[in-house]
Amino acid sequence: MSTLFPTRETTADPRTDADWTGRRAFETNLRALVGRAYPRVRGMGREPSWVFFEILLPFLGTSAFVLVYRALQAPEAYVGFVVLGGAMSAFWLNVVWMMAGQLYWEKSQGNLELYFAAPMSLMAVLLGMAVGGLIMSGTRALAILLISTAIFGVQFHLTDWALAIPVFLLTMAALYGLGMMLASLFLLWGREAFHLTNLAIEPVYFISGLNFPVARLGALGAVAIATVPLAVGLDAMRQLAFPGMQGLEGTPPPQTEALILTAMTVVFLVASQRLIRTIERMARSRGSLSIRWQ
Amino acid sequence: MTADVTATLPPAISVAGLRRVYPVKPKPVTALDGIDLEVAPGEFFGLLGPNGAGKTTLIKILTTLLLPSAGKASIFGFDVATEAAKIRRIMNMVAGGEQSGYGILTVREQLWMFSQFYGLGSREGWRRVDELLDAVGLGDQRLQRVSTLSTGQRQKMNMARGLLNDPWILFLDEPTLGLDVSAARAVREMVLAWKGAVPGRTVLLTTHYMAEADELCERIAIVDHGKILAIGTPAELKRRVQRESVLRLEVNRLDGGPAVLAKLPGVVSAALAADNVEAGTEAQRVAVNLVLRDDNALTGVMAALGAAGSRVLGLRTSEPTLEDVFVELVGRGFADEADAEAANAGADHDHSHPTEDAER
Repeated sequence: MSTLFPTRETTADPRTDADWTGRRAFETNLRALVGRAYPRVRGMGREPSWVFFEILLPFLGTSAFVLVYRALQAPEAYVGFVVLGGAMSAFWLNVVWMMAGQLYWEKSQGNLELYFAAPMSLMAVLLGMAVGGLIMSGTRALAILLISTAIFGVQFHLTDWALAIPVFLLTMAALYGLGMMLASLFLLWGREAFHLTNLAIEPVYFISGLNFPVARLGALGAVAIATVPLAVGLDAMRQLAFPGMQGLEGTPPPQTEALILTAMTVVFLVASQRLIRTIERMARSRGSLSIRWQ
Repeated sequence: MTADVTATLPPAISVAGLRRVYPVKPKPVTALDGIDLEVAPGEFFGLLGPNGAGKTTLIKILTTLLLPSAGKASIFGFDVATEAAKIRRIMNMVAGGEQSGYGILTVREQLWMFSQFYGLGSREGWRRVDELLDAVGLGDQRLQRVSTLSTGQRQKMNMARGLLNDPWILFLDEPTLGLDVSAARAVREMVLAWKGAVPGRTVLLTTHYMAEADELCERIAIVDHGKILAIGTPAELKRRVQRESVLRLEVNRLDGGPAVLAKLPGVVSAALAADNVEAGTEAQRVAVNLVLRDDNALTGVMAALGAAGSRVLGLRTSEPTLEDVFVELVGRGFADEADAEAANAGADHDHSHPTEDAER
C-alpha cells in the first residue's frame, strides 16, 4: 500500500508548496470551475427522467397556451412568443432551483466547508454551477424549441444573427449572474430560501411575459425590463425572431435591451463576488454558514 | 525529504493562547479556553476528549474555516487568520461520517472532481485518483456510484479525497466514527501507511476512541471543556496513573453506578468500562475500571459492594489505559459522558434537511 502514497519530491518544502504564482491560482480556479460543472453534465446522462420532467411536462404547459391563442384566433406570432417563452422558462427554473438554492444544499451535505477549505475561489464553484446548469437547461430549451416548432409549425424570421447571438449570451450571463448573487443571499437567509424559491417562480414568469408580450403589462412591464433579466432578454429575442410583429411595440429596441442586459450582468457578477467575500468573512467569524448544522 | 530538512521546518502546528467563543443565546459558549500547543513536522498528534471538548472547533480553526476569538495559530508558519490561502494549498481534512460530494457520480468521477478543486491537471487528476483508489482498496468500486457505497467504503473514498493533493498536513476529525472494526482498522492502516511513506507528513487526529489514539499517536493532548488537561506520549500519560492500582472489577449489578465507589476512601476514580454491560442476558455484568490509591482500599470497596447486594464476578489488575488517565484528570469516564449526552440529546439539533438536489 505504502509504495503508492509518496508522490512529492523529497526536497520539497511546505513553504515552497504554498507559494503559488498568480497563474497557478488562476488555473486552479479554472479547473475548479470545470470540476464543479462536471456533476451537472454527467447527471443529465445518469438520470434520463429529466427528459420527461423537464421537457415533456413544460411542453404541455406551452401547448396549452398555443391552443388557447389559436382558439382565440390571435396573430400567429403569439404562438411563436409562447414557444420562445417556454424555452426560456428552462433557464429561469434552473437558476432558481439549481443556482439560488445550491449553496444552501451544499452546506447541508457538508460540501461547502470542503469548498471553503480548498485552494480555490468560491466564485469558481458558482461559475462552475452556472456553466453546468447552462448546459443542462440549454439542452432542455433547445428540445422544447425544436419540438414545439415542429409540432406547431412556428416560423421564425430571425435575420440579425449578429445581434441575436450576443443578446442570447448576455441574457444567460445576466440570468446566471443573478443566480450566483441569489445563491449567496439564500445561504445567508438559510431556510427562508425554500419559501423564496417558491415565491420567485410564478411572479417572475408573469412579469417577464413568458406567455405573452411583456409590453402588455404597461408600466409593470417597463419595470420588469429594467430589473428582470428574463423579461428583457425574452423581449429582445422576440423582437429579433419576430421583427415588426403586433404586440411587441412599446418596449426599447433590442440594441438598448442588450445594453440593459450588459449592465445587469456587471451588477450581478460584482454583487455576487462581494457577497461571497462577505459570506466567507461571516462564516469564519461566526462559525456558521459554511459548517454543517450550524 | 531528509530528516535534517524536516528539522529546519517551522512547527507543523503552533497554537498560543487560543480562545474561541460562540456568540449564541442565551449565553456565549466558550469552546476553546486558552489552548497552547506545538506539533512538530512529521508528528502524528492526537486530540483526545469527549464530545463537546473543543476538538472539532480547534480543527476548524486550524483548517481556516473558523477564526479564533483570541490567540494565535499557525500551520508551517502560516497564520490561520491572515494566510488562509497558503494553508489551504498544503493541507486537507477528512471527517467521520462525511457525506460530501454527489451520489450520482461514480467514485472515480467524484474524486476527480475534487482533484480539480486542488488544481491538478485533468489527466494528472485521473491518474492520481486511480492510484489512490488502488491504495485505499477501492479499485473494484471505482465505477460504482457514490450513493451505493457502504459506510466503510464511503469513508475509504473520503480518505482518498483527503490525500488527493498530497497534503503536508492532514486533519482527521473522528475518521473512524460509525465504522465497524475491520473498516476502522483499514482506515487506521491507510493513514499510517500514507504518513510513513514520506518524512514530514503530519497528521492531527481527533478521536474519542482511546485505543485508536493509543495505537496511532506519537503524542496526545487530552482536552476537556476547551482546555488541554495533559499532553505527552501515550506512555508518559499512562505513567501518571501507574503509581496507583488499576483494577477491572466485574459485578452482577451496581446500584447507583460507579459514583458510589468513587466516594469510598482510597478510591481515586471509578468509571464504567467501555464494554461494561452485557445487556439482554439474565446474568447482567457490569464492568468498572477502578483506580485505587493503594491495594488496601480494595477492602472497603468489597465491603461496600457486599452491603449493596452486588456479587463480584471478576477482579483483575490491569495496565493503565488512556481512559484511566482521562478519568483521573476530569473525574469521569467517556462512557459517563456519553450517557449524559444521550440523556440530553434530541431536542437540541434539528437534522432535517432538504432532500432535493438533482446531482445527488
